[in-house]
Amino acid sequence: MSETAERVSIAPAPCIDVTPLLRIVVPVVLLGLWWAGTASHPGGLIPSPQEVGTALWDLAFGGINDDAFSQMLLPDLIASASRVYGAFLLAAALALPLGMLIGRLRIVKEMLEPTLQLLRPVPVTAWLPLSMIMFGIGPKSAFFLVALGSFYPILINTIFAVRSVEPRLFEAAQMLGVSPARLFPKVVLPASLPGMFTGLRLGLGLAWVVIVVGEMTGVQTGLGAMIMDARQLSRTEIVIAGMAIIGVAGFLSDYAVVALGRRLLAWSPQHG
Amino acid sequence: MTEPLLRAINTGKIYPGGIEALRNANLTIEKGEFVCLIGASGCGKSTLLRMIAGFETPTSGQIVMRGREVSGPGPDRGMVFQDYGLFPWLTVRGNIAFGPIARGKPKAEAAETAARFVSMMGLDRFADSYPHQLSGGMKQRVAIGRVLANDAHLALMDEPFGALDAMTRERLQEELLTIWRATGLSVVFVTHSLEEAILLADRVVVMSPGPGRIVAEERISLERPRDVSSPAFNDIRRHLASLLHTDHEKEAA
Ligand SMILES: Nc1ncnc2c1ncn2[C@@H]1O[C@H](COP(=O)(O)OP(=O)(O)OP(=O)(O)O)[C@@H](O)[C@H]1O
Ligand SMILES: [Mg+2]
Repeated sequence: MSETAERVSIAPAPCIDVTPLLRIVVPVVLLGLWWAGTASHPGGLIPSPQEVGTALWDLAFGGINDDAFSQMLLPDLIASASRVYGAFLLAAALALPLGMLIGRLRIVKEMLEPTLQLLRPVPVTAWLPLSMIMFGIGPKSAFFLVALGSFYPILINTIFAVRSVEPRLFEAAQMLGVSPARLFPKVVLPASLPGMFTGLRLGLGLAWVVIVVGEMTGVQTGLGAMIMDARQLSRTEIVIAGMAIIGVAGFLSDYAVVALGRRLLAWSPQHG
Repeated sequence: MTEPLLRAINTGKIYPGGIEALRNANLTIEKGEFVCLIGASGCGKSTLLRMIAGFETPTSGQIVMRGREVSGPGPDRGMVFQDYGLFPWLTVRGNIAFGPIARGKPKAEAAETAARFVSMMGLDRFADSYPHQLSGGMKQRVAIGRVLANDAHLALMDEPFGALDAMTRERLQEELLTIWRATGLSVVFVTHSLEEAILLADRVVVMSPGPGRIVAEERISLERPRDVSSPAFNDIRRHLASLLHTDHEKEAA
């Protein structure tokens, strides 16, 4: 037989790629506005970009202020990141299997779904006091809150993913000799990987959001603690520097996850 | 007389909700035969095919495959869907090897079988592509290849070329006939096109809706390869069209 039919492909862009330019326009404009705003109000409450830059340098390498914040970037970042990833992994370890069970087994769905749907609208911040009573003031409480925050997106996406497997694929597998008991590993699991991956990505993103709240529970280390301490000392440039660090860390973390997804899910048009 | 490959005996299907999709269908498929089902939309073609595949259970009568009543889907009856039904997470090679692996063949043997059918279907250049990278015609080749690679005795095809452009369709019709002749496979092929049915089939089964039923069977004894523009071809087409047509009138009356 012949091989004439061709692959579906997207034609290469005909002119120069302006994407990198498009991507930096908004950040540059925002930075400019910030700079202009602080330059026109010298001595205001909001520090200028230069002051924040200096604070970032001192946080990273020290040698400028040599105070309690100097050279704390790395230790605080490591403390926060280990909580983020630890709690995220715990959440994933619970939410993935639970989501598969709820999505595929009616009994489990009827038993658990109402409870989970009732608990879901309760924001993580509302759990803060209770979590401090249950887990004490300190890292355990932060860990719990972060895990709680990333639990739901993973769970909801997993339930949806295993539920929305195309029925046609079950028929295809069965007519090729897959027994009903083997449909789960042969069809459901691979078919729902992209959906689960989306849940994991959202969950990890939320973990970075929640970590600051979590570390405001009286933890000694971490970016959240750094921001809290700086606030109490009215060191707003450190607060903003901390915000920037979290933003960048969360961004890089997401970037890595997306790159990983692109490799592992090359077959999926949404990821590949 | 030897037992035919497949028999539908007084087979009927009433779906939950009361729609009578098929009434009292009797159909015999001999080994190696190419049978086309044709008829207006809603006359139960897909229903009959899906009961043969084992995806639906008859509500009356039965379907017997090689002497045993069909009770569920199985690899002896391979289905080719109009919407392909390929596994998007597997490459072309992986899709074709899926059946042999599912049936517990050793990895090496499955890979060897897959390679053979990848070649047979003209898919060598696409062996490591994923379904979303293929055109419709290529996808349908994969779907046919995976049924062949699984040693199916009977290929069930539900408007397999319905979504393809005319040129691709013609080419695949030709290739399907080549494979059919080379393998001795039996085929039940659903189509909306009289021309396609007459081009392909040993026998055309005409169905009619309200409720769905088999109204006529015509043996096509034209020499192959068949010429769609020949007078003999046109005579058959006219005859079958009148069979399809008369029944519509009866229904309207
Ligand atoms: N799963 C189902 N549940 C209820 N009714 C159904 C189901 N599948 C088909 N039907 C009905 O049964 C009748 C026959 O449908 P079927 O799909 O077998 O027809 P068909 O000949 O394949 O039509 P088409 O040419 O449009 O594909 C139709 O009236 C249809 O609405
Ligand atoms: Mg149909």
